[in-house]
Amino acid sequence: MFAFTIRRLLASIPVLFFSTLLVFLLVASSVDPLEPLRAKNPPVPHQTLVALGTRLGLYHPLLQRYWDWLTGLVLHGNWGTPVQPGYHIAARLSSSFLVTFRLVIFSIFCSLALAIAVGVFSAVRQYSKMDYVATSIGFLFLSLPTFWFAALLKAWAIQFNSAVSPDHALIDTIGEASPNPPSGFFPQLGDAFGHLLLPTITLSLISYASWSRFQRASMLEVLNSDYIRLARAKGLSRRRVLFRHALRNALMPLTTQVALDTAALLGGAVITETVFEWHGMGYMFLQAVGNYDLFPLLAWLIVAALLVIVFNLIADLLYAVLDPRIRLA
Amino acid sequence: MPDTVTQQAASPTPAAAEREFTVKVRTQREIVFRRYLEHRAAVVSSVVLLLLILVAFFGPLFWHTPFTLMTNDIEVGPSTAHPFGTDSNGFDLFSQVLHGTQRSLEIAVSVSLVSTVFGAIYGAAAGFYRGWIDTIMMRFADLVLTLPALVFAIIITDKASPTVAGQWYFLAAILAALFWPSCARVVRAQVLSLREKEFVEAARALGANDRRIIFRHILPNTLGSIFVIATLTVAGTVLVETALSFLGFGIKPPDTSLGLLVESGKTAIQDGYPWLFYIPGIFIVLIVLTINFIGDGLRDAFDPQQTRVRA
Repeated sequence: MFAFTIRRLLASIPVLFFSTLLVFLLVASSVDPLEPLRAKNPPVPHQTLVALGTRLGLYHPLLQRYWDWLTGLVLHGNWGTPVQPGYHIAARLSSSFLVTFRLVIFSIFCSLALAIAVGVFSAVRQYSKMDYVATSIGFLFLSLPTFWFAALLKAWAIQFNSAVSPDHALIDTIGEASPNPPSGFFPQLGDAFGHLLLPTITLSLISYASWSRFQRASMLEVLNSDYIRLARAKGLSRRRVLFRHALRNALMPLTTQVALDTAALLGGAVITETVFEWHGMGYMFLQAVGNYDLFPLLAWLIVAALLVIVFNLIADLLYAVLDPRIRLA
Repeated sequence: MPDTVTQQAASPTPAAAEREFTVKVRTQREIVFRRYLEHRAAVVSSVVLLLLILVAFFGPLFWHTPFTLMTNDIEVGPSTAHPFGTDSNGFDLFSQVLHGTQRSLEIAVSVSLVSTVFGAIYGAAAGFYRGWIDTIMMRFADLVLTLPALVFAIIITDKASPTVAGQWYFLAAILAALFWPSCARVVRAQVLSLREKEFVEAARALGANDRRIIFRHILPNTLGSIFVIATLTVAGTVLVETALSFLGFGIKPPDTSLGLLVESGKTAIQDGYPWLFYIPGIFIVLIVLTINFIGDGLRDAFDPQQTRVRA
């Protein structure tokens, strides 16, 4: 297993290399960090522009710029020079990542629990009324635009707040924490949980739908297999067969799917974070785009690509751990 | 598989008249169509979507208020003059929603057409030629697939020159360039097994060249999954396009889109004009939901195996 992990990590180096190349070429050719300065009024002196351009390495050929950036990052851990004053890329990345990670992890647990419960239930009662209802609701959530659903929840919460207690908001609708959080560990924890509520509902309901479809399909496949019939035939109780024999095996495909989707969720929380005004990865990204800040943008994209690769590896490893038939040699 | 379907439809007429029970011969198309009709949600969705398309594309021709006209009715609720009400600029929401629906569908259908046609040909070529051509082509497709679509669409549309940036075809081109690899992968996987089939060998023995084999013999056999992917791409594109417009990176005023309408109505519920928020959103849900159901119906129709374990 250890050797496999190492080998897979080594094999992903060329993938990462080409992916950084593609990302750099696409982003560096479309984002010009000097653009906002040129548009400034009164105009910024030409020398300042040239000096900044030289510092950012803008006057070299594109491929050389890529090489300089890559070697700087790999050899010296240097993420590049941000345009915005007082901006530290590494510090910003880690603080944004933690904020988003909290939201994503929480949402994944909620939506997993929901997806497994609904998927198993629908599979066991296949073609019953409840199955149709559950499947239709799943379809509805699959078709909901995240931004609309998030804005809807936010608007409802604001209405609820003003109806129930006009002077003290019961449901937090903005930010990942209060502007001046309460002192003490537990009050702070409670504050954080309160702010997690609406974004978590949004993300987990949106992602539960496809997972529960997945779980239903794999559960049905297992339930129709011979060893389940055997387990029933030798007299095991329905309950025991369902949970010990069927569910354990039916969970495997979902596990890998969730591992693969996690990376996408971390990057894709952009919309949810924007609606609820969180200061996570989404905010960092949109701010970098808005300020034409090339290097924070590249750093963001590299982290996103790394996450995809790491979670792909986790998916493979999880599969091997769960399915003894697979041997990683 | 479409293959088994052809076999059911085979054994054509001459013997049929002599049989005790005459069996009606159906073409593959008829079989697929009949199976599609059995999926009730898909049939209802097709009707709803068709109506929506008709109203969105032909409604504005007959409607009294163009979507760009500021009327004197400011923030009035739904009435006979303005069925969906008006916003704070006096725009008639009905004509704006129709126009937005038209935009979203235009973008989604062109993205789906371009990305599936390109992806199918790309995947077919990779699977047909195999070897290093396949390796290089598919590694590149995988690379594009790792780019987060929403994020890249934001970067590119934001930095494009303003003359094209807000145009719908520009947005469509970018999304198509990001979406084709998923179709390419599915088609390639099918072509890999199809190219070993006897009918390909027979075609080659008859002297067909590569192009003829790919386009006349192999690709028609993958049409089922291509249709399903094309449908699901339409649904996915509507969601991404409206999200982009919502975030301010897609369609820009004076043009309008359903995402843009939701954006401008996002505080409307608290402000007491709930129709400005609900109606555009419900239209998005309606479009995506019906297309998803149609995709599900197509999947069942083309792949009878899956109906038993419908996911």
